[in-house]
Amino acid sequence: MEQLSAWFTELLADNSIFTARTLGYYGEGLVTTVQLVFLSLVIGLVIAVPLSIARGSKRKWIKMPIFFYTYVFRGTPLLIQLYIIYYGVVFIEGIQDTWLWVILEEPFYPALIAFTLNTVAYTTEIFHGAIKATSKGEIEAARAYGMSKSLMMRRIILPSAFRRALPAYGNEVIFMLHASAIASVVTIMDLTGAARLVYARFYAPFDAFLFVAALYLCLTFAILYLFRYLERRMLAHLKPQS
Amino acid sequence: MIDLQGYGPRLLEGALVTIELALLSLVVAIFLGLLTASAKMSRSWLLHKIGTLYTTVIRGVPDLVLMLLLFFGGQIGINMVTDWLYDRFGIDIFININEFVAGVITIGLIFGAYMGETFRGAFLAVDSGQIEAGRAYGMSEALMFRRIRFPQMMRHALPGLSNNWMVLLKTTALVSIIGLTDMVRVAAEASKATHEPFTFLIPVAVIYLLIASVSEWIFARLQKRYNVGFGEADEWNN
Amino acid sequence: MKKLLTVTLLSATMLAGTAQARDYETVRFGVDVPYEPMEYRTPDGELTGFDIDLGNALCAEIGIECEWVVQGWDGIIPGLMARKYDAIMSSMTINEERREQVLFSDPYFTPPSAWFVPADSEIGKPNEEALKDRNIGVQRGTLQDNYATDMYGDVADINRYATADDMVLDMEAGRLDAVFLDFPVGKSTLLDSEDNDYKVIGNMITEPKEYFGDGFGIAFRKRDEDLAKKFNEALATLKENGTYDEIFNKYF
Repeated sequence: MEQLSAWFTELLADNSIFTARTLGYYGEGLVTTVQLVFLSLVIGLVIAVPLSIARGSKRKWIKMPIFFYTYVFRGTPLLIQLYIIYYGVVFIEGIQDTWLWVILEEPFYPALIAFTLNTVAYTTEIFHGAIKATSKGEIEAARAYGMSKSLMMRRIILPSAFRRALPAYGNEVIFMLHASAIASVVTIMDLTGAARLVYARFYAPFDAFLFVAALYLCLTFAILYLFRYLERRMLAHLKPQS
Repeated sequence: MIDLQGYGPRLLEGALVTIELALLSLVVAIFLGLLTASAKMSRSWLLHKIGTLYTTVIRGVPDLVLMLLLFFGGQIGINMVTDWLYDRFGIDIFININEFVAGVITIGLIFGAYMGETFRGAFLAVDSGQIEAGRAYGMSEALMFRRIRFPQMMRHALPGLSNNWMVLLKTTALVSIIGLTDMVRVAAEASKATHEPFTFLIPVAVIYLLIASVSEWIFARLQKRYNVGFGEADEWNN
Repeated sequence: MKKLLTVTLLSATMLAGTAQARDYETVRFGVDVPYEPMEYRTPDGELTGFDIDLGNALCAEIGIECEWVVQGWDGIIPGLMARKYDAIMSSMTINEERREQVLFSDPYFTPPSAWFVPADSEIGKPNEEALKDRNIGVQRGTLQDNYATDMYGDVADINRYATADDMVLDMEAGRLDAVFLDFPVGKSTLLDSEDNDYKVIGNMITEPKEYFGDGFGIAFRKRDEDLAKKFNEALATLKENGTYDEIFNKYF
């Protein structure tokens, strides 16, 4: 490690912008961005699955609140949601004295909450659409086997809906990666935050932002290929057999 | 009624800026999207590559990063050119890209890439028999584009177009970060000055929802129009 | 195709605007708000503050028109180069890094920087030990940012804000343990606020010069030497005839 950093320092010796120090900012930024996106997606997924099932319920009082929630969160900019959560929570009376404040004090967590709520709304709708598109034959077959409703959901509907939802969910993952760039607005030093710092310090927009754009491009491709791989594996049975 | 503490008129101005910005960006995006779709379908190897590069890069990088790059970088790039012109030839022109123009260009450029994909798919979906029929009637290419390709294509493109518009509308909020006084920026400024974030941010969220709902209604009507002749039950999900 | 070309050219010329004459009848100032009391807005959007009043007085003295263009701090120097405005009068400290880019007037105001903390804070003196693992607020791209990042970036968390207002809000919310900013701005927004729960720790900071420079100056494009000279003369006059003090006393 020592050697590696020494080699790096030497390489960058005659470069005034990309010093070991600024690259350190980008490195930390990369970690923060990945953490933020990964955590919000995982938590979001866990919440979105039951919500998407409930969204298809026949009972209005279950269905309507979820529809309202997804409509509002999909219909307004994430930036507004972030502002409301980041600046808004502060003005809830007495919140500074509760244990919650330990979490909300750091800018990371309000951002995580905003991102999670946002991705839950989109993911719920994606899964809801996929569940709705389950073919009638599959359901009839399950019923003929005498499966209970919950068993049918677990064994038949959800597995096939997840596969169908995979391409759309892949888009949502990329969308979240890109949307996470606004975290820098609430002082989080994510990738974009690092780039803005380097820009402000050196007045060098091309160096600062092109470099970070390349990093995002790499991340996007990594996600793209991951989902292509998953699709190939999980949708294999849908391919024409040769 | 909510007490907007004197920020009401500015908030309204900001809302107008948001709407103007979104509509103008949409025009730029559609224009660029049509160009891109043509480039990607063209037989020229170079045009095809350029089109692909454009859509891949733009769709792989966050909107905010592109906006920062084009807004700050674009300005400095232009400065370099005009400074060079001045030093070399004594020509003193100044190109003033204000935040609004920069916002329109940037958002247009970003969504041009998405529109390009939408239009390409839609053009490819037009039945080639229709075009052959047009040719058989002796229509010129331009006439065929206007009478056959475009209206047919629109039917396939509308769902994607409506989707892109919804995303574009929300993306306009980002221009507040590069300094354009849209309604998000006014609301953010006001909430910081008055320490009442909900009073300003929630009405802005409601305005976004209103615009989105109205657009949804308009797109549903348009879809109906372009579906004429294809039966009422015909539903297109692409 | 020909039509398309015409349209493109036409829109390009529209973007390019008109060629600007070099003898100024109006001077447009770039300014970043809010930075109370130096420059800020009233709720109805009117610009006000020390810089604004002094700038207007300087223009009146020279006998030209003044216009103010609001620009975020991030892009304020590139905006000057791009001729979005002709000068920057926005609490900009004269220092070497900036001198490479722009031409400065004589300093018109020399405020120190200072550390502000909540009144009940345990931080006694701003040093590495006391600031370890603390959240420090600065405005992005300011000399305070550079100083705090270089001095304490390794031990403390530096939170960078787009405007001074954002920072004050987070200080009040309890997200920050200390902020580092121009003393008059901290005094106006923190010490003089309704519930004054803040104090200054340590000394007023004006050294080292490589960070803190020589006070606030008006920034011009390098080729506008004549314009800078006019403003320097006007500034000297206003200081002599008492107008400067009048404006100063209004805000400080």
